[in-house]
Amino acid sequence: MLSFVTQRIVKGVIVLLAIVVLNFFLIRLAPGDPAVVMAGEAGASDQVFVKQLREKFGLDKPLPEQLFIYVKGVVTLDLGFSFRQQAPVAKLIGERLPATLLLTLTAFAISLMLGVLFGTFAARFAGTFLDTAITVFALIFYAMPIFWVALMGILLFSVTMDWLPSFGYETVGANLTGLAHAVDVAKHLIMPAMTLGLFFMATYTRMTRASMLEVKRLDFVKTARAKGLSDAVIQRRHVLRNALLPVVTLAGVHSGTLIGGAVITETVFAWPGIGRLMYDALLQRDYNLLLGVFVICSAMVLIFNLITDLVYRLVDPRIEFAS
Amino acid sequence: MPKRVLLGALLACGLTASTLAQEPRTGGVINAVIQPEPPGLMLAQVQNGPTQMVSGNIFEGLLRYSPKLEPLPELAESWSVSEDAKTYTFKLRKGVTWHDGKPFTAADVLFSMEMLKQTHARARTNLAQVDKIETPDDYTVVFTLKQPFGPFLGIFEVGSMPMVPKHLYEGTDWKTNPYNNAPVGTGPFMFKEWQKGSFIRLVKNPNYHEKGKPYLDEIYWQIIPDAAARSVAYETGKVDVLPGGSVENFDVPRLSKLKDTCVTGAGWEFFSPLAWLWLNNRQGPLADKRVRQAIMYAIDRDFAKDVIWNGLGKVATGPSASTIKYYTDDVPKYPYDPAKAKALLKEAGYKGEKIRLLPLAYGETWQRWGEAVKQNLQDVGMNIETIATDVAGGNQKIGDWDYDIAFTYLYQYGDPALGVGRNYISSNIAKGQVFNNVEGYSNPEIDKLFADGATATPDSKRKEIYEKAQKILVEDAPVAWMLELQFPTITRCKVKNLITTGIGVNDGFKDAWLDK
Repeated sequence: MLSFVTQRIVKGVIVLLAIVVLNFFLIRLAPGDPAVVMAGEAGASDQVFVKQLREKFGLDKPLPEQLFIYVKGVVTLDLGFSFRQQAPVAKLIGERLPATLLLTLTAFAISLMLGVLFGTFAARFAGTFLDTAITVFALIFYAMPIFWVALMGILLFSVTMDWLPSFGYETVGANLTGLAHAVDVAKHLIMPAMTLGLFFMATYTRMTRASMLEVKRLDFVKTARAKGLSDAVIQRRHVLRNALLPVVTLAGVHSGTLIGGAVITETVFAWPGIGRLMYDALLQRDYNLLLGVFVICSAMVLIFNLITDLVYRLVDPRIEFAS
Repeated sequence: MPKRVLLGALLACGLTASTLAQEPRTGGVINAVIQPEPPGLMLAQVQNGPTQMVSGNIFEGLLRYSPKLEPLPELAESWSVSEDAKTYTFKLRKGVTWHDGKPFTAADVLFSMEMLKQTHARARTNLAQVDKIETPDDYTVVFTLKQPFGPFLGIFEVGSMPMVPKHLYEGTDWKTNPYNNAPVGTGPFMFKEWQKGSFIRLVKNPNYHEKGKPYLDEIYWQIIPDAAARSVAYETGKVDVLPGGSVENFDVPRLSKLKDTCVTGAGWEFFSPLAWLWLNNRQGPLADKRVRQAIMYAIDRDFAKDVIWNGLGKVATGPSASTIKYYTDDVPKYPYDPAKAKALLKEAGYKGEKIRLLPLAYGETWQRWGEAVKQNLQDVGMNIETIATDVAGGNQKIGDWDYDIAFTYLYQYGDPALGVGRNYISSNIAKGQVFNNVEGYSNPEIDKLFADGATATPDSKRKEIYEKAQKILVEDAPVAWMLELQFPTITRCKVKNLITTGIGVNDGFKDAWLDK
């Protein structure tokens, strides 16, 4: 198993470097550069000034040289300097990453737990009213755009009922500590995490339901039933466990999509994560910061996928690690 | 009375008259919205709108300006101008200290000027008029100009010419100086904390040079990226101040009617944002003056004001906003007249050539305005293709002259020599740059008028020159002027004296106080 993990990490690093090179060129294909954006904001712009800014940002150097400098930095774990925000990229991302991880992992847990739970119930009671109700409920959240669900949530739970805060990570100025602070953050987390989680929940519900119905028809389930095992045991230990593999695969794939969804959720709820940082960096053509966020997101997706592969082994011991 | 008119009337009144007589109360915290999150707070190096709004509390300039744009003392307590209008002597306020306790002196002014020439595009242009700066003593600064420059006293507000602490920046790499992220100024509030993505916290400067001020203890600038969420934050009482442009225009009338809410359009006199369409004068049908005039006639600007901007603002009559110096409305007029537009297009021989329109990617209001203009132009037979782009992409296209019609709005900075001429003089045609003469208009008479206007004395002579320039420009229609924009500031009524100068919320909250 150790050699499997090592092999995957080496492959992951190669993939990451390829992503860096690809993104480096992709970003520069977009028209506009940070020097023009900044000169424009000053309400005036002259050639000498923009040239000075380009030199300061290193944008006057040939592209291959810029790429070499950047990749050399990434290899030595230096993500560069954001001239726009006048701070090292790693520091800027480090400030925001915990909030994004808290949001995405909570949303991920909500979606997976509710999705598998609802999917199991739907499969267990396939064809009944409960099955239809769960399916409709799941599809509603899947069909509605995230920003819409977010706004409706704010309208209902913040404006009308005044139950939950409408924006932010914590109550600004409250200076809470310890448990009170944790509760405060949790209250702020409920709506964004539910909004993001409910969207993905639908997929897991549908996938679990379909997969369980398929497994249920297989011979070993009949055998289990013939052995006289209770329905609950059959569902939990035989059907669900086998039905989970496609769900785990999907969860791995979703890790990237989840971060994409976080951009919208973080924007609507003013959640101070890297999704919003990435969006602003894109608008301002803050190349180093944008590339830095891409590197971190790509690394996260690769790690999630590695975890997915390891979870496969846990769910189904028949799967061998090819080394 | 229609709602829009009522709102306009409320704005005109400013709703501040009753508050003037009250005695300011000390203490309290204000929560204000800042949008988007500033990339940095070092005003000498970053000049975008949000940075100016927050840092206007931390830093100060030598002067501030009244709503009528008369200079007021700030770090300079007095000033004088020589007979030949070439020497300006500023006497600095004594006893002013930076937030770290070091004294503010003429050496800081001198250092700031040197730094700004390299880091602040607009200050750099303005300082090009200066031949030398001398500091005969710690509290006197003498600027000697190469030639008289009429608007010279108008270039010293905090956003245009912020003072930088020499002792913290001299001899350092300015771009990586740690004080960029923990700025030290002389202003009424001191930087305390910045939770990136959440809020910026400023606290009262107990040693502020104007005794008794500021009145507030703290300001929290809350970072809320989504416009609808900002409206909700105000509605649910989480923020007390929505500076101009914080919420979409269609939300302004609704929020204005909330309990204990006051609205004012004041505080934009210095900036006087004017919206227009760049028209690429170089190529295709738009090279013909008649086609450009047809565009002026074809666009229903009253509709834009009343519907898209909810009655806020004023239809522009030409290159100068009515709030800046030497404005005249004695210019050719372009009322909404589609028939006349069609006739002009026919006369110019327009045969349906495709014309590319770049809307401004500043949100919903601008997108709607782009659609309305497209429809107006299509109605008179023009073949319009909308090009979607983000702000940076749009700037690049405009700077490279790769457009036919493009939306913009620019500040005028109180004087035609500072904020108007730059868009029409031929020496400001430079490919690759934005916000200069990107339309490619070239008229030697206009060049001469703006050159003379900047240096002429006395004021009456400048007035005469700029009025003539406005007439010529409006006749030539090098761009299509649309609206003098108005960005209302929405506050709880308990927030008093928030806006006291022509620079508005960008001038810091030193006069603001909270009523019970």
